[in-house]
Amino acid sequence: MTAPRDKFGRPIVVVTGMGVVTSLGAGKADNWAKLTAGESGIRTVTRFPIDGLKTTMAGTVDFVNVEPSSSTGLTERLADIATEEALEQSGIGRKGDFPGPLFLAVAPVEVEWPQRLEAGRAVGKQEFDYDDLLRISGGGKFTKFHHRFMFGSVAGHLAETFGTKGSPISLSTACASGATAIQLGVEAIRRGEADAALCVATDGSVNPEAMVRFSLLSALSTQNDPPQAASKPFSKNRDGFVMAEGAGALVLESYEAAMARGAPILGVVAGCGELTDSFHRTRSSPDGKPIIGCVRKTLADAGMTSEQIDHINAHGTATPENDKMEYLAISTVFGERANRIPVSSNKSMVGHTISAAGAVEAIFSLLTLEHQRIPPTINYDVPDPAIPFDVVANKARDARVTAVMSNSFGFGGQNASLILTREPV
Amino acid sequence: MTETKSSSAGSAEVWITGIGLATSLGEGLDANWNALNERRVNVDEKTFAPYIVHPLAPVNFEAQIPKKGDQRQMEAWQRIGTYAAGLALDSAGVKGDKEILGRMDMIVAAGGGERDIAVDMAILNADARGNSAPSFLNERLMNDLRPTLFLAQLSNLLAGNIAIVHGVSGTSRTFMGEEAAGVDAARIALARIAAGQSDIALVGGSQNGERKDLLVLYEFGDFNLKGKFAPVWARSGNGGFALGSAGVFLVIESKAHAQARGAKPYARLTNVVADLAQRKQPGAITKSLEALWSQLGRLNDNAGLITGTTGVEPVTSEEKAFLSQHQGCAVRATGTMFGHTMETQFPLGLALAALSISRGALFPPNDPTGLEVEMSGPPTQIVVMGTGHWQGEGMALVEAIS
Repeated sequence: MTAPRDKFGRPIVVVTGMGVVTSLGAGKADNWAKLTAGESGIRTVTRFPIDGLKTTMAGTVDFVNVEPSSSTGLTERLADIATEEALEQSGIGRKGDFPGPLFLAVAPVEVEWPQRLEAGRAVGKQEFDYDDLLRISGGGKFTKFHHRFMFGSVAGHLAETFGTKGSPISLSTACASGATAIQLGVEAIRRGEADAALCVATDGSVNPEAMVRFSLLSALSTQNDPPQAASKPFSKNRDGFVMAEGAGALVLESYEAAMARGAPILGVVAGCGELTDSFHRTRSSPDGKPIIGCVRKTLADAGMTSEQIDHINAHGTATPENDKMEYLAISTVFGERANRIPVSSNKSMVGHTISAAGAVEAIFSLLTLEHQRIPPTINYDVPDPAIPFDVVANKARDARVTAVMSNSFGFGGQNASLILTREPV
Repeated sequence: MTETKSSSAGSAEVWITGIGLATSLGEGLDANWNALNERRVNVDEKTFAPYIVHPLAPVNFEAQIPKKGDQRQMEAWQRIGTYAAGLALDSAGVKGDKEILGRMDMIVAAGGGERDIAVDMAILNADARGNSAPSFLNERLMNDLRPTLFLAQLSNLLAGNIAIVHGVSGTSRTFMGEEAAGVDAARIALARIAAGQSDIALVGGSQNGERKDLLVLYEFGDFNLKGKFAPVWARSGNGGFALGSAGVFLVIESKAHAQARGAKPYARLTNVVADLAQRKQPGAITKSLEALWSQLGRLNDNAGLITGTTGVEPVTSEEKAFLSQHQGCAVRATGTMFGHTMETQFPLGLALAALSISRGALFPPNDPTGLEVEMSGPPTQIVVMGTGHWQGEGMALVEAIS
């Protein structure tokens, strides 16, 4: 038998395991039930004081606690939970022995305030400078801070725990990171370097400085009350995204390897594409060309036409700029079908899981294919007339879905899209 | 742990056609080459005493980043990297070539997180004086952080700035994870081109080593070299690295693509391999390096070897144990001359390997211990090695094009 290949002669890449954690809950079952019921995971932040902040809500994962507390520690724990679920479903390898590489989308890591304050207090003076801080930093008291705040720490932990092979890659393409992790896995399998890849995307970084940073860029919604109504993709009164935490993990395998071991085949990553926007650090080129090009490259990579896509899992952050640009891109590529194809934004319910979003939303797209049911865009009460998408408004919709396009667009001109299908195309 | 499979599985031959260097030794290929041949080392033992850094040699940022507004949007690490990326594009002869830049891959190995020291110290001092009202941190951050500082801290914004300033806008990926990020950036870029997934890529990284916040981070793990400077191999008893400032970028492309546009190669990038040894067991690093060596391809007895050895123990001793098994190699440690540039150290090794091959000589040893020996004749093969200060190992083979 010849190996199953796509129309370009490349190995077909399938998904055989998925795991997800968001502010809605842990696991696919819980997330899917709440997503399709239109529930929001956005709540007022209780993890730290919110006095003085313009935005006081987020999609925090409050049911997972790590000690000692840090965003990087939570990021790592969320990745663990999602990966365990994905591996269990996939049944690949053995415990602690995953037969392929790890691609991890993770937020940039840095020393966090609780630890910086702890070090500062160790100086033992009321008035001190950075040199004083430097002098007390060594000697072994804070070795754990070095390990915790290395960029490669989360990937190193996952590689050791799950026994992935080779050098694990930690990557950031901002809000497109999760899609990029999947793309790297797809490419490795297509090159024949690996029969399987573990693609994980995780973000647990709701902390005061992270919220302040996005707030100072005027990127966050300030509609704090009620928090559940803050994220309003495609609405006229949308005013920014809502930060959120979560993780998604996918086991990718060549179709051949998956069939050979009788693995569950949950869907196909039919195509992926990316194209950089060099216009501005935070804004899209006004003509939308890079996003349009990204969507076209993805279709070309899958060998599909826009007519074959029957649902778009939008980036849909609910920033005034993003949603407008996403409509411009989709309407340019899809023509008049842009107004008839069902579009939805998971971010209306789970918020923007930033580094994790591309993978979390790819998983929700695959669940959409499995259940033939599209999760709603909640808080869609005042449609923006400039964005005449067929938004799946407020209630889940049953639909025949064979191919989903999932988009991710981020700061720094990062654009990536995926096409997920139920069957090989 | 088994190693990452070789990235040379594809059929396309890959050439290094552009090199951009901005380091503590100077800006551009000639300045760095001359400094290496004069065995020059540029260290600053005073500014951060007792810590030692290799400061960036003066560069005229405007030459590669003409808009003041762009420079203002970046912190030093991004300016250094964007500058070096421009040099690499110039060196490859693709600067301003919109058609090529519009489909060029970019993989950047990045750190990030450059802090506003004044803001941090104000908060830490207020905390030390007992001002720890719940709202205090939030208010200070809201009022004192510059809105654009975030973009200067974000890891993927080095790539973002390179896209904006130089127009590199095919694909853009940022790898993180200290030294290993630099290895993997080269490994994936090579694999994509070798397999025909891409024709041309810009690969590299940058670090501003003159940062107290970075010194604090590595001091947490006691990794900084203190007191007096010594070459990497002569640090026994006083192990550690001296942070270095550098931006290094390479343009690599398929031979066919280079030939079609009449580009001259510096060298061939034959292979890049990487591993993550579980270092709890003594000897794990030596074993990992030996395994990587065996995957590189056919090696001559007299290959050159450029290593990013940190000077940190016990890692450096394990590297020495590996090197003692390959005594035919003429070894050069970049850490002595350039300091430790973290994510950038492996791209730096690749750049110096390609430069040495193109100049027909390996630069001279700079080592009082005698581990580094003279190499006679032009190098045809140079192995580039990188062993992370706490995790990750990598190797590459750079060869002359016969």
